[in-house]
Amino acid sequence: MSTAREEILGRLRAATADVSTPVGHRGEVPVIQEEGESEQATVELFVENVADYRAEVVRCGPDEVAAAVADALRRRGSRSVVVPSGLDASWVAGLAEDGVELRPDSALTADQLDEVAAVVTACRVGIATTGTIVLDHADDQGRRALSLVPDHHVCVVGVDQVVHDVPQSLGRLDATRPMTWISGPSATSDIELDRVEGVHGPRNLDVIVVG
Amino acid sequence: MTSQGPTVAIFATCFNDTMWPEAPRATVTLLERLGCTVVFPREQTCCGQMFTNTGYADEAVPLVRKFVDVFERYEHVVAPSGSCVGSVRDQHAMLARRSGDGGLVTAVEELTPRVLELSEFVVDVLGRTDVGAYFPHRVTYHPTCHSLRMLHVGDRPLRLLREVRGIDLVDLPNATECCGFGGTFAVKNADTSIAMGSDKARHVRETGAEVLVAGDNSCLSHIGGILGRQRSGVRTLHLAQILASTEEDPA
Amino acid sequence: MSTSPADHGAPPTGDVGAGPTAYPDEPAPLQRTSATFLGMPSFQTAAKAALADTQQRRNLAHATATIRGKRAAVVAEVEAWEELRVAGAAAKDEVLHHLPHYLEQLEENLTARGATVHWARDAEEANRIVVGLVQERDADEVVKVKSMATQEIELNEALEAAGIHAWETDLAELIVQLGHDRPSHILVPAIHRNRAEIREIFLREMGEVGRPAPEDLSDEPARLAEAARLHLREKFLRAKVAVSGANFAVADTGTLVVVESEGNGRMCLTLPETLISVVGVEKVLPTFADLGTMLQLLPRSSTGERMNPYTSMWTGVHAGDGPQDVHVVLVDNGRSHVLADPVGRDALRCIRCSACLNVCPVYERAGGHAYGSVYPGPIGAVLNPQLRGTGSDVDKSLPYASSLCGACFEACPVRIDIPALLVHLRTQVVDEASGRSVEALGMKAAAWTFADHRRLEAAQRAATVGGRLLGDRTIRTVPGLGAWAQARDVPTPPKETFRQWWRRTHGDGAGTDGTGTDGTGTDGRTA
Repeated sequence: MSTAREEILGRLRAATADVSTPVGHRGEVPVIQEEGESEQATVELFVENVADYRAEVVRCGPDEVAAAVADALRRRGSRSVVVPSGLDASWVAGLAEDGVELRPDSALTADQLDEVAAVVTACRVGIATTGTIVLDHADDQGRRALSLVPDHHVCVVGVDQVVHDVPQSLGRLDATRPMTWISGPSATSDIELDRVEGVHGPRNLDVIVVG
Repeated sequence: MTSQGPTVAIFATCFNDTMWPEAPRATVTLLERLGCTVVFPREQTCCGQMFTNTGYADEAVPLVRKFVDVFERYEHVVAPSGSCVGSVRDQHAMLARRSGDGGLVTAVEELTPRVLELSEFVVDVLGRTDVGAYFPHRVTYHPTCHSLRMLHVGDRPLRLLREVRGIDLVDLPNATECCGFGGTFAVKNADTSIAMGSDKARHVRETGAEVLVAGDNSCLSHIGGILGRQRSGVRTLHLAQILASTEEDPA
Repeated sequence: MSTSPADHGAPPTGDVGAGPTAYPDEPAPLQRTSATFLGMPSFQTAAKAALADTQQRRNLAHATATIRGKRAAVVAEVEAWEELRVAGAAAKDEVLHHLPHYLEQLEENLTARGATVHWARDAEEANRIVVGLVQERDADEVVKVKSMATQEIELNEALEAAGIHAWETDLAELIVQLGHDRPSHILVPAIHRNRAEIREIFLREMGEVGRPAPEDLSDEPARLAEAARLHLREKFLRAKVAVSGANFAVADTGTLVVVESEGNGRMCLTLPETLISVVGVEKVLPTFADLGTMLQLLPRSSTGERMNPYTSMWTGVHAGDGPQDVHVVLVDNGRSHVLADPVGRDALRCIRCSACLNVCPVYERAGGHAYGSVYPGPIGAVLNPQLRGTGSDVDKSLPYASSLCGACFEACPVRIDIPALLVHLRTQVVDEASGRSVEALGMKAAAWTFADHRRLEAAQRAATVGGRLLGDRTIRTVPGLGAWAQARDVPTPPKETFRQWWRRTHGDGAGTDGTGTDGTGTDGRTA
């Protein structure tokens, strides 16, 4: 038991000696969220807000995912792609015939990932009001480095994964998993507070909304 | 003067009383024209804001007590100053608590919600926006910080001004930004205060207005002092002066 | 794990370099002013110099106007914004009021998930812990995510002193580090620099510490960002240790959260083997659900976006994903002192969004350096004098570095009433001076005058008569108002005060109800 720990906790107890309310006094965490008019409106808002960050968004049917993925890779000129182990194989079927090199994630090092042009992942949740996709890095999304080091991220989102607002998304997420919340391609406003897309994270983000 | 309206105690504020009596005078003229009976409790002095905001809370507490003693008997207390009313409504309770006098805390809680800035009283209590004023000049309005963000008077002053006959009311760019007066701030941080005031004066000049109007003479004297030094050809008037202005008795 | 109440004040046994022992009835120690900011002049002195820096004035005016516009637009989209602010304040108050409880819960959850928790009483102890961890791993460099806590404790200087390079990876931090400069803004530390200056810094400095900037570098922000990408990538790919802060540390899950834009944070949090996060004790949130509030408030207040590009969350060690050696250093460094003031503790709600800086007319003109701390702007003006006390010139002056216009309170996502705190701290400064200054004497004299309307009337008569006789007699006679006259025309007193006019037109009484007059002292008795 470290002395610093005891001392800091002691100081903090003394500092709050005036507080008379018990822990949890405020009750339930208030959930302030707008509701979407309909599921359809929520998905449309999601698409609009993702596009607003200058990510490319396309909508397609369940049997059109592979074509949409191939199209996204072709459009950006991405000739190699890393594939998470649990990704729906049908989404990347036929890419090899296009001449795209498929790299399964077999413990690729960061340097090796840096040589790969793109990554295709699923996601856990989409948030409409903010245009956010949340990855929890399950097998269909892969470990965090996969969707970080390659310069092009193609993310497939099912309409049933899209919720309206941030608090609703938390209900679908497991805090014990690692998470990455992504809202558009990497960006900075550090120069004169003008937003510029494309710094260290993937500079190109394609979002395919299915259903 | 007919007096079918309410009886109003005017809180002139020490700054207006001493330096800018035109504003409380116009307030009296206006309120009497609108049918109110105006009284001036002469024992009044100062709300204590200058002391409170400079850190002299102990010096401010007796003034809070005095303010309560003078005004607690009145149903309506009106002042031509967003800043002083802001101090009364926002700071007197804190000062009363500091005094440790429970009676004073209660008295402050009872009194201060009845202390209103002029535009609040005219719009909310009297229910008037057209006060029968006449002022045929190009005017721009600066919402002072305390009336805007402490009292939340909102667009009440503008609603009153829009009804003034003959007025050419123009928007002030960056209107909600502070003019840089800030009481003790203008003294202790004079350079920054002047930098802020110069920008405010520039925005006023951009409007081409001949008159700058606001609800606080402290802010107006700060901006007006800069406009005057620039020989800008813009004069300052308190909101009460424009609202009191008529063809027979122009401001 | 838990501590019984009887143990609170137990003095430390055998530890070195500890601050004074905190007994429950003794105030917790202040933060020691770091070497960088020792001997800083008062705010008004520093501001005077900054006001003359025309390029900085223009850079700041442009940048803050841009971000103010963005923030206003995205805040207006949220119908329940005020309710969110109330919920945000409530979440932070819940934590601050019960901080020991939530810190112990956080520690328990972090430990259960494989992280190692360290506690640091002050900056020196925090630095010692971090340097020790890096040295134990035989690393001679670390990559850093932008972090206010590590800036506050001056970790980079401590690492460099131990021969360890600390590479700042946030673009603005990189600009500041390469420019041998100091940060001037919480969110955008290089806000005082424009694109042309940044280009020059990159061309001159990048080659000294790694991959040089492209020779044909232009001052387009996109090209500058690309230069940073190329320069830093080799460092991300080879670094063994990363150092971060945390925006939030969730007690009921042990989750740490970093909110960022560029992906430099993700690089640091993901690629190295070891991750050390330095977290102020006030960064705790009670529950994971509270993120639903905070992640709506923070990005809109901070960068004026609906959501920032990247938010990373991790809970201890995740097998096979990211750093497998995870440390969290919980830092006090004066926070317990701030917490002990029931009024002042509201400042610890701060989530470092910097909205108060961006709306502050004083910050916009004086810039961040005048605040003499890594925490500039309105929040710095209330936080620094509480963390460090009001003994120094700069900390004594900061409570007065505001016109009390209230724009900061209006913008604050966790409803910190900064103007009220400033007034509270001004009172503290005056109380500590114990009434001996010229100003205090003037204030006492003025208070005496205002205590009785007859004294006020006498003073008014002197002023107005004097004004008429001398022609230019002004309110400069009020103590301290001399500086007023520098750049403004100063009004001369009127020929007749309001109360003289009232007496002339309405008579002596208070009015028709006959109250408010004692019937005496109506003329001249004190003249």
